[in-house]
Amino acid sequence: MFYREAGDFKTNYADDNQTFPIKFDRYRYYALMLFAFIVVPFLINDYWVNAIFLPFLIYSIAAIGLNILVGYCGQVSLGTGGFMAVGAYACYKLMTSFPEISIFIHVLLAGGVTALVGVLFGLPSLRIKGFYLAVATLAAQFFLVWLFNRVPWFYNYSASGQISAPERTVFGVAVTGPNTSAWATYLFCLVLLTIVGLIARNLTRGMQGRKWMAIRDMDIAAEIIGVNPLKAKLSAFAVSSFFIGVAGALYFSVYLGAVEVGEAFGINQSFLVLFMIIIGGLGSIFGSFAGAAFLVLMPVLLKNVLVGGLGWPTDIAAHLEFLIVGALIIVFLIAEPHGLAQLWRVAKEKLRLWPFPH
Amino acid sequence: MPESLLYGTEVVLNGLMAGVLYALVALGFVLIYKASGIFNYAQGVMALFSAATLVGIMKGQVPFAHLINAALGTEIHHFGWHVPALLAILLTMGVMVLLAWAVQKFVFRHLVNQEPIILFMATIGLAYFLEGFGDLMWGSDIKKMDVGLPQGGSFWIEENTQWLGFGNENFYGFFLDQLDLVATAIAAVLVIALVLFSQYTKQGRAMRAVADDHQAALSVGISLNFIWVMVWSVAGFVALVAGIMWGAKSGVQFSLSLIALKALPVLMLGGFTSIPGAIVGGLIIGVGEKLFEFTVGPLVGGATENWFAYVLALVFLVFRPQGLFGEKIIERV
Repeated sequence: MFYREAGDFKTNYADDNQTFPIKFDRYRYYALMLFAFIVVPFLINDYWVNAIFLPFLIYSIAAIGLNILVGYCGQVSLGTGGFMAVGAYACYKLMTSFPEISIFIHVLLAGGVTALVGVLFGLPSLRIKGFYLAVATLAAQFFLVWLFNRVPWFYNYSASGQISAPERTVFGVAVTGPNTSAWATYLFCLVLLTIVGLIARNLTRGMQGRKWMAIRDMDIAAEIIGVNPLKAKLSAFAVSSFFIGVAGALYFSVYLGAVEVGEAFGINQSFLVLFMIIIGGLGSIFGSFAGAAFLVLMPVLLKNVLVGGLGWPTDIAAHLEFLIVGALIIVFLIAEPHGLAQLWRVAKEKLRLWPFPH
Repeated sequence: MPESLLYGTEVVLNGLMAGVLYALVALGFVLIYKASGIFNYAQGVMALFSAATLVGIMKGQVPFAHLINAALGTEIHHFGWHVPALLAILLTMGVMVLLAWAVQKFVFRHLVNQEPIILFMATIGLAYFLEGFGDLMWGSDIKKMDVGLPQGGSFWIEENTQWLGFGNENFYGFFLDQLDLVATAIAAVLVIALVLFSQYTKQGRAMRAVADDHQAALSVGISLNFIWVMVWSVAGFVALVAGIMWGAKSGVQFSLSLIALKALPVLMLGGFTSIPGAIVGGLIIGVGEKLFEFTVGPLVGGATENWFAYVLALVFLVFRPQGLFGEKIIERV
């Protein structure tokens, strides 16, 4: 009825190639962006920002990054935590070395540094595939975390070995450090997520994305039809690491404020982001958002129901969380290997015909 | 002999024994991978789960006591009996067989013909599930494993190797942990038993047939389901042995499940499909990381054991992508 291509006549190529070709989708998207940028900052308080919005926004960036590598290019990586740590430490070094430059630039530069490291650790992907590559990326994970733990230069020789973010501002408003306001941190992350989302969406539906997908579907065949595997794989590693580095920088500077590398960027972080894209849907930008939202919201919900509602001890809630996440992953893989994104796609197909399916 | 050489030898010996334990975990991986093409990330958590179950049964803990208490407001924790170690091991084995059956029935039967990477992710999910389940069942506190294995350094070896120092007063003989020695012996027996089992028994032959070609095996009347349950049970048994060894060494706790991660580079080095590969790979990694920590570690700040194995495997794979003993990968479009 309202979700139709019919009657929406495209008169030029730009219209025909837009991200959301269906009018309803487009307006829904505009409405959502308006709501996120204009309404939400006035409604939120510290609890909402710290418990839900910041983790959701930051993990969405990381999930988009990993999805480009795993979902679009088919190179399984278990080194997300390590790359996030690179972003965080690069951001920290830049923040403390060049305090007069905007934090916005620092975060982007931190992403750039991570991209370089990502390409370096992506080099073996030209030789090894599948599990072997997955395990090889573990080398990145453990080596990087060890490096940031052991080399004092990275944490500016602080006694505790931790890094903590000094106060930095954007347009005179503090976004890092102890004196931030909820809306400022929220908007800062939202702006970055929007940029990342736009870049990712347009990369993946363009030529580069097609090359990645060709490599994912069958790398030898892709090579024969003229996709350069070196460029395709390394560019996927670079773009993916860039996003993950940005996510790591935000995770450290805006969200946590102070981190200890083994705790914040350990192997569990890698798995968490991987689960997000499995549950959300491999090879889908929407899936990255959905997966991040799901895995951020579920523990909060479980905790509120079990600890707040039923009065159970927190450790049982924590164990149940593990159990449920594990079971959900298996259920998703069995029932819907393409994740939440596929459910969304099916729903849209249904909407197209609704209410007259014949 | 000069002092540093003696210490080096001691490091190598200790590394060899650590390597045997890595190989033990890696064996579980190889068994499942060969028979079903599933790369079982949950192997480490299975070791943790089996060790926790063993301790729980021995102490007569009530399963899910914590959960029951929270839900019903009761105050139960122990049955009040103690089960002897041997019986408890048998009971735990029963639990692992049950687990193997459940995993097969509820998870992997529904994932037949999926891509290997999907199966791998399913086992990661299984690992999380099992971790939460085990903690819920037996509690997440650090437990002491006491099944009567010897502890502490072996004085006999220390006394009998003292002469190697040739009058050097700082050398008191090699220090080797008794537990490591026992573990080495048990691992060796286990490996021989597994090889004999897969070469000379009917089930072992069926298992190899399944590993070779699922459809051909099916067509000569081998039940895939039975073989898979059997393989998961055997892997559960290997996990139990590994769990007992590591549990006796450092207590039954969460870090036990991380040994699975250590087994991954072992497998990459040895090749996923080869039992001798798992053993040789384990020994190389064990000795390599101990020697690296001993020689280079002090120069770069120590704790290199965390990453050395992975980096070694990574460098190695670049030159030989299928591992030492793996089958050559041939790809066609």
